[in-house]
Amino acid sequence: MNSPVNISTSQPINQSTNQLINYTLHLADNTLILAQQNGAWCGHGPVLEQDIAITNISLDLLGQARNFYQYAAELINQSTNQPVTQLTKQLATEDTLAYLRDNREFKNCLLVEQDNGDWGKTILRQFFFSNYQYLLYEKMQYSNDEQLAAIAGKALKEVTYHLRWSSEWVIRLGDGTVESHEHIDTAVNELWPYTDELFINADYETELLHTNIATDVTALKKPWQEKTAAIFTEATLPFPGNVFMKKGGKHGIHTERLGYILAEMQFLQRAYPNSIW
Amino acid sequence: MGDEKNIAAEVLKILETVTDPEVPVLSIIDLGIVRKVETADQQAVKIIITPTYTGCPAMDVIRTSIRLALIEHGITDFEIKTVLSPAWSTDWMTDSGKQKLKVYGIAPPNLKQQVCTPGVFQEEEAIQCPHCNSYNTQLISRFGSTPCKALYKCNECKEPFDYFKCH
Repeated sequence: MNSPVNISTSQPINQSTNQLINYTLHLADNTLILAQQNGAWCGHGPVLEQDIAITNISLDLLGQARNFYQYAAELINQSTNQPVTQLTKQLATEDTLAYLRDNREFKNCLLVEQDNGDWGKTILRQFFFSNYQYLLYEKMQYSNDEQLAAIAGKALKEVTYHLRWSSEWVIRLGDGTVESHEHIDTAVNELWPYTDELFINADYETELLHTNIATDVTALKKPWQEKTAAIFTEATLPFPGNVFMKKGGKHGIHTERLGYILAEMQFLQRAYPNSIW
Repeated sequence: MGDEKNIAAEVLKILETVTDPEVPVLSIIDLGIVRKVETADQQAVKIIITPTYTGCPAMDVIRTSIRLALIEHGITDFEIKTVLSPAWSTDWMTDSGKQKLKVYGIAPPNLKQQVCTPGVFQEEEAIQCPHCNSYNTQLISRFGSTPCKALYKCNECKEPFDYFKCH
């Protein structure tokens, strides 16, 4: 039905020559993977209201992912030789980008692919990410790229809710009982090494900085740490010291966990190509 | 010229019959989802809509409902365009829409947005119970059954209710 798009097989599939496509996919992958992970809490939240809260957040993130993927698909289809994936020779759509790319093609940060663990770990992962995303979208709503600016401006209101909710939960658990404190403290040790990557510009970000399309994430590190420190103080959690920081996700080098996430998320489209509801 | 105006008015009238699948008492005009109807000589009618919430699954249904309603009325040459900016706000909801919400049992969004910062444990805005009109109500969860609602409980009549949260 769709006419095939000219895919250059000589290009590495993780690296489009159009950095705006890479950047948009990075933003999309971050939100999709976290949405998928949070969605696993559906029916398993500690109480009904919080079950609804985490899945609402998941839905918001999925909505953002759809906006980014739709935009990326549009950009890909406009260009003549952008590799989408080696598997699909059809036009890019939000679905082909989500379901038919492999592990190495995903550009999400490592933080969002870390396992859900217990409620404390899920909460802390959300807080780390929302804290980052709030600062990012605050800047991105003024991007020179109109569509990215529109998506960020729209999503910022929702992210404000996510940040408030997750901040309050970090405090509630940290300053709660001995047991809840222990859980979130363990989560801090587990997740902290994945936070630094958020503030290192990938090549696609660096290249889009001078045109004011990408946001310089290095500038977000200080306000992020200040907010984190303030919440941690209230939560009676110690601010982590220097540890070895992991990176690679933004360039497609992921932890083992992403493979499992994709296997579950993409199974249906891989087993029954083009099936729809 | 006159014809174009008539067509736009006719389209708007049809769009008034298209309702939100989650809140069937509200039309997409009440909600402020329809931003513009553009008509130009010899050209397809352009309907510009904006989503309420980024991930709202109702938008797909709404798009289909618009299409069906227009075709039903014999309008086949049209284009539905979704724009994200400026971002939708509850301020765009019409007064009659707010009234309809309340009658339906959902507390309408407050006039002035009060809670829209990431600060923790803020004092919640006073929300009026749609059943007994008391302001003695309490937030149960900032996230409700759909992305646009928060869950409240009335301390007077003891009824739980949805609040269409400010956005």
